[in-house]
Amino acid sequence: MSSHIQLTDQGKLKHFLTIEGLNRELLTEILDTAESFAGMSEHQVKKVPLLRGKTIVNLFFENSTRTRATFELAATRLSADVMNMNIATSSTAKGESLLDTIHNLESMHVDMFVVRHALSGAAHFIAQHVAPHISVINAGDGQHAHPTQAMLDMFTIRQHKKRFEGLKVAIVGDILHSRVARSQIVALNALGVDEVRVIAPKTLLPAHVKTMGVIPLHDMDEGLSDADVVIMLRLQKERMNSAFLPSESEFFRCFGLTEAKLKRAKSDAIVMHPGPINRGVEIASSVADGPQSVILQQVSNGVAVRMAIMTMTMRSLGGMA
Amino acid sequence: MTRILIKNGRIIDPANGIDAVGSLYIGDGKIVSVISAPADFQVDQVIDAEGQIVCPGFVDLSARLREPGHGQKGSILSETLAAASAGVTSLCLPPDTKPCIDSPAVVEYIKDKAENAGYPKVYTIGALTQRLDGNELSAMFALKQAGCIAVSNARAPLGNLLILRRAMEYASTHDLLLMYRANEASLSGAGCAHEGAVASRYGLPGIPEAAESIALAQALELAQLTGCRIHISQISCKQSVIKIQQAKKYGLNVTADVAIHQLHLTENDIEPFDSNYHVIPPLRGEVDRQYLRDGLANGTIDAICSDHQPHDLDAKLGAFPETEPGVASLETLLPLTLKLAQQHRISLSQAMAALTQKPASILGLSGGALTPGYSADVCIFDPEMSWRVDRQNWRSAGHNTPYWGQSLRGRVTNTLQAGRIIYTLQESS
Repeated sequence: MSSHIQLTDQGKLKHFLTIEGLNRELLTEILDTAESFAGMSEHQVKKVPLLRGKTIVNLFFENSTRTRATFELAATRLSADVMNMNIATSSTAKGESLLDTIHNLESMHVDMFVVRHALSGAAHFIAQHVAPHISVINAGDGQHAHPTQAMLDMFTIRQHKKRFEGLKVAIVGDILHSRVARSQIVALNALGVDEVRVIAPKTLLPAHVKTMGVIPLHDMDEGLSDADVVIMLRLQKERMNSAFLPSESEFFRCFGLTEAKLKRAKSDAIVMHPGPINRGVEIASSVADGPQSVILQQVSNGVAVRMAIMTMTMRSLGGMA
Repeated sequence: MTRILIKNGRIIDPANGIDAVGSLYIGDGKIVSVISAPADFQVDQVIDAEGQIVCPGFVDLSARLREPGHGQKGSILSETLAAASAGVTSLCLPPDTKPCIDSPAVVEYIKDKAENAGYPKVYTIGALTQRLDGNELSAMFALKQAGCIAVSNARAPLGNLLILRRAMEYASTHDLLLMYRANEASLSGAGCAHEGAVASRYGLPGIPEAAESIALAQALELAQLTGCRIHISQISCKQSVIKIQQAKKYGLNVTADVAIHQLHLTENDIEPFDSNYHVIPPLRGEVDRQYLRDGLANGTIDAICSDHQPHDLDAKLGAFPETEPGVASLETLLPLTLKLAQQHRISLSQAMAALTQKPASILGLSGGALTPGYSADVCIFDPEMSWRVDRQNWRSAGHNTPYWGQSLRGRVTNTLQAGRIIYTLQESS
């Protein structure tokens, strides 16, 4: 399986659905473009007119506060018009109604859809069916991908570590259900880190996890040893009800990040989390709020990275102000 | 009745060990003679089959016709015509119609419709439990009397193992074949793809092989206990092949089939989120495919079926996990089976047996062979003719196949059911 659907014939970003199939040059271009936007929030005038006259629809079939807010802020800073659509999903919501929604919005002459959906492949499906002038950005689909989150994480890593070569990155927690982890793993490998470790109990690792280009480990001391970057994942409460884990406290004991465990990592290791965090479940407050935590920087970087991706996809489709 | 002579064809009839160029004589709807000319045979119609293969009509162990109940996906008329064009002369309809086949009335309805359509013979498979609910046994004797050839719970789960045991005991009381789709629902859950590297990468909920092989092992144990004749439908993985091989080795009277697409496609063939690849059981790994092919070659797997499941456009329009599983596969059955022989996975005679003699014998039919006195169910096909899977060449109402737009080799030119020509290929200009 490959994902050429998101590239133009010239290899430029048309949609942004997954990190898979994107080469290092393109990922670096995203990071460099984001860099140029990053300083903007300190300016008096926080807007640029790059997407003036464009209409962007945030199409959220699944709840989200932070991701939607940063997409909205990114679009506003690019001078685009933004429309937020929160569509509560029911189990009866079918492909037809999804397509109907899309086509209805299309007829209002929108230019971009930012889509979040509870099913893997939903953003792909929409990208395959939208009019050719419309760009689709995946804001998280099922357990498949969350590519803008992965890119803001890469941006944050580069900010602190300057380069990806030689880095040892540990991703800890519920890898199985995490679209963030899947996108991070692909991005980290494409950008050339030394190794990606995933640390979790076997119940929370996908089948054949090694084929994803990671080293699976089940012990924090071993997994964090000499790590440059530690990424903690959010643990959903419902995992306790379906025999993935016995209890939050046992999970915290084995896989929760504490100051003591963090000492195994390099002294300048950074601690990341896509949020929202569960204090005392996957991470101790003293670490989340501690000197090595870059969790809040991730959030602010999210705006610049999303501005970069929106600008690049609109530019490839032409007609940008 | 018309007397038909099919001449100059290569006659392949695995049941009678025939593979020779010659003539086939048909009269009164029955096979009169093979190769040797009978005395006083007045010919009404001659079919010249030069360069073609003449074989028994195919017996498909599982083909959904979508009627009654799912008219938007297909009808008895559209799907039996598709079957006729694919060389199928007998097919088994699983009980998960709507209403399901749990009463003689539904059996009669289907029988009437199929007879009026006038294409292949349609054998109904009765529901094993009422409403397929998995808990209360169906009136199996009445279903058998009405014409059901076997019983099955299709893809619906059974309440527990005790119900499966009782169902086996009761089915065997009435000498009914139990067709069993092995699936432990608690393990397959909401899965939509093989639990392997591809599903992991794409974040698709997985179905482990063990969901099938565990249920299979339980069914084999209970068949041993109850003496029920069981047939395992549409196996997909290595462990299932091994378990059936073992059971056969120790004398259990069990048979098995595989859906044709499982012998060709694996998880690695899945185009990103293309719902035409969404099938249950899912497309497995390379190793599984090899075991299935070997199992077919060494006789562990008896028959190949189409597992035909036509869908309307909307059923396949959506994010992969929410689309309906299944492939419209009647019309690719022959070319894909021939491909196995062309690739030397099995001999041509084995390939033909897996579509004719073997499934007929599983069902206990005196058919699937060109034996004089048998119903003249015959398929004539050109093994070299290439054709494109497209609107012009396709008969099924369902266009849901991973092979859409591709060219395949091997095409049926004539199909005869009980001595009647039910399909002739119209030469396209």
